Amino acid sequence: MALDFTKLMELIISASLINNFVFTRFLGLCIFFGVSKKMETAVGMSITFTAVMMISASLSWLIFNYVMVPLDITFLKIIVFIGVVAGFVQASDTIMRKVAPGLYYKLGIYLALISTNCIILAVPLINAGEKYSFIESLAFGLGSGLGFALALIIMASIREKLELAEVPAPFKGLPMAFIVTGLIALAFTGFSGLITL
Amino acid sequence: MAEIKKEHQLTVSVSPHVKSEETTSRIMWSVNLSLLPAALIGAYFFGPRAVFALTIAIITAVLCEHLYQRGMKSKITINDGSAFLTGLLVGLNLPPSVPFYIPVIGSFVAIVITKQLFGGLGFNVFNPAAAGRAFLLISFPKLMTIWKEPTAAFVQMDAKTTATPLGILKEEGIAKLMEVFGDKTNLYTELFMGHRAGSIGETSTLALLIGAAFLFYRGYISWHIPVSFMGTAAAMAWVFGGKGALFAGDPIIHLISGGMILGAFFMATDYVTCPSVKKGQLIFGAGCGFLTMLIRLKGGYPEGVMFAILIMNCFTPIIDRGFKTKVFGFKKPDSKETKK
Repeated sequence: MALDFTKLMELIISASLINNFVFTRFLGLCIFFGVSKKMETAVGMSITFTAVMMISASLSWLIFNYVMVPLDITFLKIIVFIGVVAGFVQASDTIMRKVAPGLYYKLGIYLALISTNCIILAVPLINAGEKYSFIESLAFGLGSGLGFALALIIMASIREKLELAEVPAPFKGLPMAFIVTGLIALAFTGFSGLITL
Repeated sequence: MAEIKKEHQLTVSVSPHVKSEETTSRIMWSVNLSLLPAALIGAYFFGPRAVFALTIAIITAVLCEHLYQRGMKSKITINDGSAFLTGLLVGLNLPPSVPFYIPVIGSFVAIVITKQLFGGLGFNVFNPAAAGRAFLLISFPKLMTIWKEPTAAFVQMDAKTTATPLGILKEEGIAKLMEVFGDKTNLYTELFMGHRAGSIGETSTLALLIGAAFLFYRGYISWHIPVSFMGTAAAMAWVFGGKGALFAGDPIIHLISGGMILGAFFMATDYVTCPSVKKGQLIFGAGCGFLTMLIRLKGGYPEGVMFAILIMNCFTPIIDRGFKTKVFGFKKPDSKETKK
């Protein structure tokens, strides 16, 4: 099978910038607002999230194409994908606790949250729906992960800056974060129409 | 104890203890003054409607700031000219024939949502005028893209509707643009003088350059952002702007059309929303230029200056972090020692 690198690059750029999950589809906001208070956790979360995203996208692809399609049970894909992702995240949770306890205590609850994150379920579902090949699914997962990482890091840097700003009391914290997200989304509409897949 | 007069008391404040004539309001009013030629040319070409839109935008901006600060019981700072400048920039970025509520909404979004909610002047993350314009463009896509043909006759009310040079370039290509303007020299002169369709204040490169020269002379803006912004954009237009072949594009058209001059000299250089370190400003400008051309050449919108500035505003805090100045006399703790 010949690999089409332009298609792969387009997939990555499209998933990370143009159809950024946070800023254009508004998915995965619970983690987005929860972790973006500090740059340190945002960076840790971005790395974990991208890794989990790619691995779960490939696992789901394998199970979907080699188990579910032959057995003709594709109507169960939501349940199966949730199971696959949750099982994998639980496993990585245990491994991380042993291998990198420092990072584990920082990300603690959010790692468990990844398993029920909507982006991590959306990516395998979109992969299955669009009938992407294995490499394309991986590229889409990578792009989505990078897009989420970008969103988290931008947001964390802005929120750290806002700590010093004289935001009116009713808007301190989360309300301001929503307004900032809205304005970033406004900026990201500039990318619309850049690549039409 | 003898009564001490207020002005004879020693003022104790934190550094820097710089004595200078420059104040925020002086700088802001100077920038307003530097935009005057562009506003006048806009009024000359687009008539009373343009003056009307500009006035409404400015009045709304100042009024919003006043009402908000009165409501929040904070110090009212409408005299420092920053709200006036935001309103003026929102107005200059509007098509000439918009209905009256468009500048009202644009100025409201710019002043209240983008500036005051963040804590007022000095704390806003996004350029207020660019955010106001982008908000209007995606909320009223039809109204915000009706362009009028410029007429020098001030009283003529109903000018013909037409497309901007960038719009023609995007939809029909360079051949059509040549057909409309005649030959290349004529095209460049028309674009340079401002005799073309577009937003009220963005059309005349000449008027904007006069204003920018004034700001350079006073030292209010440095070369870093405009040069890196326009340099990157010109390079990209030259390399990728041509049809079919590389290195065949026309950078001059891209530089003097659209909001490039207005954006590069007056909006991207906003002190609050651009990086404060010079090296960071170079990156900021280059990013703006790159994104502008990316949107113009490949994106869905014919013009990308506003979006490029807004997107780079998102990255400003990160760029600032990357170029933190070294703390004098501070030695980084040795990583090995801290581990023990």
